[in-house]
Amino acid sequence: MDPVAAKYIGAGIACIGMGGAGVGVGTIFGHYLAAALRNPSAAQGQFGNLIFGFAVTEALGIFSLLIALLLLFAL
Amino acid sequence: MDPIHQFQIKNLLTFGHIGGHEIAFTNSALFMLIALAVIAALTIGATASRALVPGRMQSVAEMSYEFVADTLRSTAGSEGMKFFPLVFSLFMFILAVNVIGIIPYTFTVTSHIIITVSLALLVFLTVIVYGFYKHGLHFFKLFVPSGIPIYILPLVTFIEVLSFLSRPVSHSVRLFANMLAGHITLKVFGGFVVMLGGLGFLGSLGAILPLGMTVALTALELLVAFLQAYVFAILTCIYLNDAIHPGH
Repeated sequence: MDPVAAKYIGAGIACIGMGGAGVGVGTIFGHYLAAALRNPSAAQGQFGNLIFGFAVTEALGIFSLLIALLLLFAL
Repeated sequence: MDPIHQFQIKNLLTFGHIGGHEIAFTNSALFMLIALAVIAALTIGATASRALVPGRMQSVAEMSYEFVADTLRSTAGSEGMKFFPLVFSLFMFILAVNVIGIIPYTFTVTSHIIITVSLALLVFLTVIVYGFYKHGLHFFKLFVPSGIPIYILPLVTFIEVLSFLSRPVSHSVRLFANMLAGHITLKVFGGFVVMLGGLGFLGSLGAILPLGMTVALTALELLVAFLQAYVFAILTCIYLNDAIHPGH
């Protein structure tokens, strides 16, 4: 296979990992919203935890994006 | 039309060479100085009058102080307040740099990984140095959670050490990749506008769609710029909390 073509295919495959991060971030915000509607008074106190969970989950998607960017532009 | 072109570092003033490396004042340094000037104008200039009933700018300065102080106090406790200058500087610097970067024709300093790695390593080394200074060898308790059955403890400790060591990587790459990806997306949609605009009258009509998308994405980028500064600050607080209270 042409190495350049393999590089682009690899970058595309690496981006699939971001789908998992999308599912995770959606789960976090969805559950936060569901819980906040059940008990709105406690929602504000959990905002920091929400952002922390979001950041940790998003990091994994960002890693796969990074691999894709490295394949496209750096290697 | 190259979407990566916007991240190019240009030399504005070249001072000379040290060991084959060029020492120059770049556009990155210029925008860091602009961010510094904005922060100084907000925190020193706006609060210079020390009004009891704050004006508009003084309110912004006081609110940003309270915001960071509340975040730090709720995650790292009142002991963590000795790190307030560090966290506040990091938050304000990243926020100013990110927001300035959204303005067209400016340069986003945080879209270069060397900047974010430097900031993340500063936090990481602060945690290690302060943890050992405050707790000595008890700092290693951070890696050994209590209440874990003895037969899976080695595995858990291994995972804890690994996650501790990957912190500077994820801490820096998150900010860098968010800024990079957002600005590339903006430029790609901007490129669509130009491409469609070159196709004559019908193309110009079609170019309205990506133009609207660019405006919406800019609004999203403003949210991301604030959110990433906040995420960087809150993760700094959480990591500092580990240094202050290493036992789980």
